Amino acid sequence: MAHVLLIEDDVSVRDGMELVLRRHGYDVATAATGEDALALLADPAGAAVELAVLDLMLPGVDGFEVCRRLRAGGSTLPVIMLTARGDDTDIVRGLEAGADDYVVKPVTAPVLEARIRAALRRAEPSQSARGEDHAGLVIDRAGLTVAKRGVPIALPPTELRLLLELSASPAHVFSREQLLQSVWEHGFLGDSRLVDAAVGRLRAKIEDIPARPRYIQTVRGFGYRFGPV
Amino acid sequence: MRVARRALRRLVGLRTRLVVAFVLIALASAVTATALAYRESRTAVLERKQDAVRTAFKNRVEQAAADFDVPADEVSLTRFATGVADGLGDDAVVVARYRSLTVSSDASADRSRITPALREAVRDHNRMSFQRVERDGRPYLVVGTPVTFDGASPSGLDAFAVTSLRAESEATAGVLEAVRDGIVPVVLLAAVLALLSAGTVLRPVRELGRATRRHAAGDLSSRVRVRGRDELADLARDFNETADALEASVAELREQDARAKRFVADVSHELRTPLAAMTMVATVLDEDADALPPDTAQAARTVSEETARLSRLVDDLMEMSRFDSGAAHLNLTPTDLAEAVSATLSLRGWTDRVRTELPHGVRALVDRRRVDVIVANLVGNALRHGAPPVTLTLATDPAGDWLTVEVADRGPGLPPETLAHVFDRFYKADSARTRSEGSGLGTAIALENARLHGGTIEAANGPEGGAVFTLRLPWRRPREEHA
Repeated sequence: MAHVLLIEDDVSVRDGMELVLRRHGYDVATAATGEDALALLADPAGAAVELAVLDLMLPGVDGFEVCRRLRAGGSTLPVIMLTARGDDTDIVRGLEAGADDYVVKPVTAPVLEARIRAALRRAEPSQSARGEDHAGLVIDRAGLTVAKRGVPIALPPTELRLLLELSASPAHVFSREQLLQSVWEHGFLGDSRLVDAAVGRLRAKIEDIPARPRYIQTVRGFGYRFGPV
Repeated sequence: MRVARRALRRLVGLRTRLVVAFVLIALASAVTATALAYRESRTAVLERKQDAVRTAFKNRVEQAAADFDVPADEVSLTRFATGVADGLGDDAVVVARYRSLTVSSDASADRSRITPALREAVRDHNRMSFQRVERDGRPYLVVGTPVTFDGASPSGLDAFAVTSLRAESEATAGVLEAVRDGIVPVVLLAAVLALLSAGTVLRPVRELGRATRRHAAGDLSSRVRVRGRDELADLARDFNETADALEASVAELREQDARAKRFVADVSHELRTPLAAMTMVATVLDEDADALPPDTAQAARTVSEETARLSRLVDDLMEMSRFDSGAAHLNLTPTDLAEAVSATLSLRGWTDRVRTELPHGVRALVDRRRVDVIVANLVGNALRHGAPPVTLTLATDPAGDWLTVEVADRGPGLPPETLAHVFDRFYKADSARTRSEGSGLGTAIALENARLHGGTIEAANGPEGGAVFTLRLPWRRPREEHA
C-alpha cells in the first residue's frame, strides 16, 4: 500500500490523519516540522515515501519553503497542501511553490483520501505506450519520462499528467474544467488555479521562453492547447 | 451644474463683494474730496481775481473819472472807457454808459455779457456789483460800478469791465484733471487692497473649506494652518481641535471594530485546528458505529454530525470575517453559467428536484466557487423552506450588461418582516426553528459574494405566491480568441 508522509505540527491533527490513513491501509510516516520532513526525505529511508501531505503553517521552515526546497532539489514527489485558511494568497503561493493540489482544513477523511488517491494515480504508468517527438520535446508515455533535445526533464506526476493529457490531442483546446476532471479528478468546482499554476510550472521547465510558450498555449477565455508545433 | 453653481458663488462671493465695496468707498472718497477741493480752490482763485479786478477797476475808474466831465459826449465817454481799460490788462473790455450813450473800449466786443440784471444792480444799489457769466463756454467776470460824485450821488455814468476768467477756470480745471488722472490708480489700488484683504480673509476660509471637504471624503488627518491671532485663527484652531477629537474617536471606533473582527477571525482560526482533528477522526466513529452498543453508537453518530455542523459554522464564520476585513478576493475565470449551475445542482443531488431553464452559451467571468455558494444557498433555501416546484432561471438582460439567476418556489412566500431581514446574519425566519440546518450565515454570505462581484441579490414574493430570489451579476465577458 502507498507510503504517505504527513507533515503537520499539531499533534491531534497529525494523529487523527495517521489513524484514519492507517485504518485504510496506508503506510504512514509523520513529521512535526519542515526541517524533520526535509531530513527524512533526504534520508535513504525517505525514498519509500510516495506522497506528502504538507501543512503550510509550520513553525520554522514553513510549508511553502519545504515545497520549494523539494522542487529545487529535483524531487517529483506529489505534494498535497493543507491550508489552515482558505485564503487565496496561501493557495496561490503554495501552488507556485510546486504543490500539486490542496485541501482546506478542516478536511474530512473521504475528501483527503480521494485527493491522495488521485495524486498517486497520476504517478502510475499509463496504458498507451508510445514515445512521441513534438518538435524536440520527446514524451515517453510508457516510461513516463520527458526529454528536451536529449536532456531529461524531471516532472512531478501532476505536471507530467497534464502534459500527457494535453499532448495526447495536439491542437485540441481543453477547458480548465476538463483538465481538472481528467488530471486532478476533482469533479465539479475544482479550483482552476490548480491548472494555471501547473501550466506555469510546466512551461518553466519545457518552454524555451516561458513567457512566449510554443508547446502549451493559452486560448484566452477557454483554456489551453498543446501546439501545434 | 456644480461648476455653474461654483462660478455663481464666485461672482457673489466674499472676494467680489469686498472688491466692489472697496472700489465704491475709494470712488466716493475721491469724488467727495475732489468736489470739496475743487470748490474751495475755485472759490479762492475766483475771489482773488475778483478782488484784484475790482480794486484795479475801482482805481482806474476813479482816475479816469477825475478827467471826465459831465455832461459827456460820445468822444469823452470813449476816452473814459479806453482810459479805464488801459490799466486792466489786454483782455479787458470796458463799457461806459452815460444816460442813453453806451460806448465800449473795444467796438467789436460782445456787450451782451453785461446782463440787464447787473445793470440794474449797479443802478439800483448805486455801488459796485459783479457777476460771472458764460459766453460760448468761456467764463467772464463782469464788474460794474456807478461813478459817484463826492456827495455819493450818482452822476449817471456807469462803467463796466469784462475780463476773461479763462486762466482761472483752467487753473481750477487742472485740479479736476489731476483728480481724473489720479482716480484710476486710486481705484486700482483700492481693488488691489481689497483683493489683499480678501485674501487674508479668504485664504483661511478656503483652507477650512478644503479641509472640511477632505474630512467629508474620509481623510480625517487633514488640518489647517493657524496664522495670526484673529478670529479666523481661532476658528482654524477650533477646527483643528475638533478634527483631532473626531480623528481620535473614529480611530478608536475603527480600532475596536478591527479588534472585534480580528477576534472573530482569530477565534474561528483557533477553532480550525481542533476541528481538523475532530473532522478527521469522525469517519472512524461513523465506520465503527454499527459495531457499538446502541447508546454509544448514537453518541458517536451525534458527535460526528455535530462536528460536521460545527465545521460548516466555522467555515462560514471565517468566510464572513474575510468579507468584513476586506480580505475576500474574486478569482474570476471564464465560465459557462449553465454548466456551472448544473454542476452546483448535481454536486448536491438536487438535479431532479429543480426545474431549470438554462440557456447555453452564456459565458462570463465569475468566481466559480462563489457563484456555486450563492446558487447552492438560494436553491437550498427554496427546497427547505418553500414548496415544490422550485424553478431556476438563468437569463441575460437585453442590454447585455447583467446576468440574472432567479430561484422561485411555490410555497407561502415570505412575510414582510422576514423580507426585510432575510439577509441578516443569524436571522431565523421561523422562530420555532431555532436549529437551522445551516449556520445562519448562508444568506448573508450569498449576498456578500454577490456584492463582491458587483452584483446583488433581491428577495421578493412572486405574483402567484412563493418566494423569488434573484441574483443579479454584472456580465463580464471573457476576452476570447478562437483557436
